[in-house]
Amino acid sequence: MNPLDSILGTIISGVVLTIALTAVINAIAPAM
Amino acid sequence: MEFLPLDRWLHFMSGITWIGLLYYFNFVQVPAMGAALADKDGPGPAAIGKYVAPRALLWFRMASAVTWLSGIALLGPETGKAFALGLTEGGTLYHTTIGMGAWLGTIMLFNVWVLIWPNQKKILGIVDATADEIGRAKRVALLASRTNTMLSIPLLMFMGAAAHGLPF
Repeated sequence: MNPLDSILGTIISGVVLTIALTAVINAIAPAM
Repeated sequence: MEFLPLDRWLHFMSGITWIGLLYYFNFVQVPAMGAALADKDGPGPAAIGKYVAPRALLWFRMASAVTWLSGIALLGPETGKAFALGLTEGGTLYHTTIGMGAWLGTIMLFNVWVLIWPNQKKILGIVDATADEIGRAKRVALLASRTNTMLSIPLLMFMGAAAHGLPF
């Protein structure tokens, strides 16, 4: 089932995306 | 008077209007429509569709445009470095962080004007559509709206973190 079909799945997906994108920032930040 | 602080104020107000209505659609109106449809003895969802949804959508899409335009005005000469996520000459962690927010906001603006609004026009009968087209429009509009709700979570974190630091 698409996680976006439920409100809870949407919020969990958003939190997971937040953590993943922050990890990306922390990985590329030292390169600057 | 300074332009940038006034523009930031406008950006916050329009952004709250936009995301507030986004949460209204996802957490209140969509479940309410479902409950109204399921309640055979109730008044049904027609009044929501006729009187509430068009007004909410008007404020929603206009607020999205004002938020994006005031955001670009805030970035000003830093816009290029922000959208390049700071990975260009002179880029800093500020550009990377605010740029993540700017990209998420831009994707959300696209979803509002290209996916949500044209499909809502079919659902609400503002433009003609067959029953099949309306069924498909409901699915696309719901998923685009839920996607924007999901994207708003990292967006708000990055927008705040650009000035105040990442939480982790």
